[in-house]
Amino acid sequence: MNLDLVEIAARAARWPWHWTGLVLLCAWGTVAAQPVRTTPTRSLAATCAACHGTDGRAVEGQAMPALAGLARERIAAELRAFREGSRPGTVMPQIVKGYSDPQIDALAAYFAGVPARSTP
Amino acid sequence: MKRREMVQGLLSGGALAALGGCATPTGVPASAKVVVIGAGYGGATAAKYVRLFSEGAVDVVVVEPQAAFVSCPMSNLVVGGLRSLDDITRSYDGLRKRHGVTVVQDAAVSIDLQGKQVMLARGARIRYDKLVLAPGVELMFDAVQGLAQAQAEGRVLQAWKAGPETEALARQVQAMRDGGVFAITIPEAPYRCPPGPYERASVVAAYLKQHKPRSKVLILDANPDVVSKPGLFKKAWADLYPGLVEYRPLHKTAAVDARTMSVKFELSEDVKADVLNVLPPMRAGALAVQAGLANANQRWCQVDYASFASVLARDVHVVGDSILAAPLMPKSAHMANAHAKVAAAAIVAELSGGPIDARPMLTNTCYSFVSESEAIHVASVHEFVAAEQTFKSVPGSGGVSSARSAAEAAYALGWAANIWADTLG
Repeated sequence: MNLDLVEIAARAARWPWHWTGLVLLCAWGTVAAQPVRTTPTRSLAATCAACHGTDGRAVEGQAMPALAGLARERIAAELRAFREGSRPGTVMPQIVKGYSDPQIDALAAYFAGVPARSTP
Repeated sequence: MKRREMVQGLLSGGALAALGGCATPTGVPASAKVVVIGAGYGGATAAKYVRLFSEGAVDVVVVEPQAAFVSCPMSNLVVGGLRSLDDITRSYDGLRKRHGVTVVQDAAVSIDLQGKQVMLARGARIRYDKLVLAPGVELMFDAVQGLAQAQAEGRVLQAWKAGPETEALARQVQAMRDGGVFAITIPEAPYRCPPGPYERASVVAAYLKQHKPRSKVLILDANPDVVSKPGLFKKAWADLYPGLVEYRPLHKTAAVDARTMSVKFELSEDVKADVLNVLPPMRAGALAVQAGLANANQRWCQVDYASFASVLARDVHVVGDSILAAPLMPKSAHMANAHAKVAAAAIVAELSGGPIDARPMLTNTCYSFVSESEAIHVASVHEFVAAEQTFKSVPGSGGVSSARSAAEAAYALGWAANIWADTLG
């Protein structure tokens, strides 16, 4: 899946309605129907966004790490380490205990699939 | 329905509205798929996430009287002289330019629930398919005798909605004599931002300790104990401000007298102060009350938690401080941001004829500064329990800081930067 293409198409779709946007949007309709973009997972990922940035793209230079583009295995392993207490923390050990194993795996897959840098 | 058809179906409505030139002479669109009233944490997040979740296919108009977003979280740092109002003010340009949201600077004055339209102060009307109502709280000045007049005279401030009044309260603190008394009164819960009053008392104490050490901070609380993070706040006051901060529970404010700068309570003796910060009881924003949607005790809006739709109007989704909260769900900025995402997902699903998320989740983190350099937090995770049609705290999750720390102060600032970007950017 070409995520850059999704980004470009999604940005185009945000323009005011005119025919260029329409054509791109219709093209996007076929590209974006990937599991990683389904709404329940995206909604679940949005529960992380207040602290880690929309789609895991955190504000640079702050204490919270960005999640976008990290390796799926790494995200899942760190979340489980917070949950099990092998990684110390302040908020994260308390938050991650609210998520099930399938949810942790879904979040890891989602953030791993988002390009690390926002489109310019 | 396939996603492609869904997007095209959504598009035809939005495209027709725009191509038909359905704009009023004032430049305000005559209709939108989604209209959002209020661009605070709840409303602005809802607007952005309807655009994101629909991949730009649903047009969104936001009605907000303020020209810019001023954050309530971190505003206590302004009261304590640690930040300026500019530091906590952000533009709505991100919503406009990055997300294609139409932000109309005007006040919504009434809602026609049957006709599904919103009337604005300057005369425009906007029809909606879905309305997001995020009016925040209204301060019930009439619940405290003398408060409305004392407020109008600028003598007794609240600064519970961040803005010029926040700076005015900071100036009152800075102008106070050494040896003076800063008194803050707290209404019975629920009110906006449970830890907020205690954080304010703490950062004012930090300022006074450094600049006017003979002064005193009095916390006069209608509740039986500190409402949020009680152990951490009380330890901070004992460790950092001994003899400076005094906490008095079960002090329900009945009246204020701006002439004598005194507070009367239902049961306790009057208190005089040099700076009086009286927080009256609160309820859902005035527009929600006026529209008849504040059906819980005439104060809060009861919603279907799966979608945040009002139980009285299925196409009006109420988010943020205005709702009748589920158990353990605080009236916080983070929670408003979380409500808004669940509502946005449900709105996009319903507009496209699809099912809504069966198990939405909410998270919350509230940081509070207890001094100029240290902070504490409370965190929680809430899952929708379909059998009970409510959100419940996930067993074993959540908690508070083990101790106040400088690290948590850094996290608090990082939280602000990130939630501002997530809400507006």
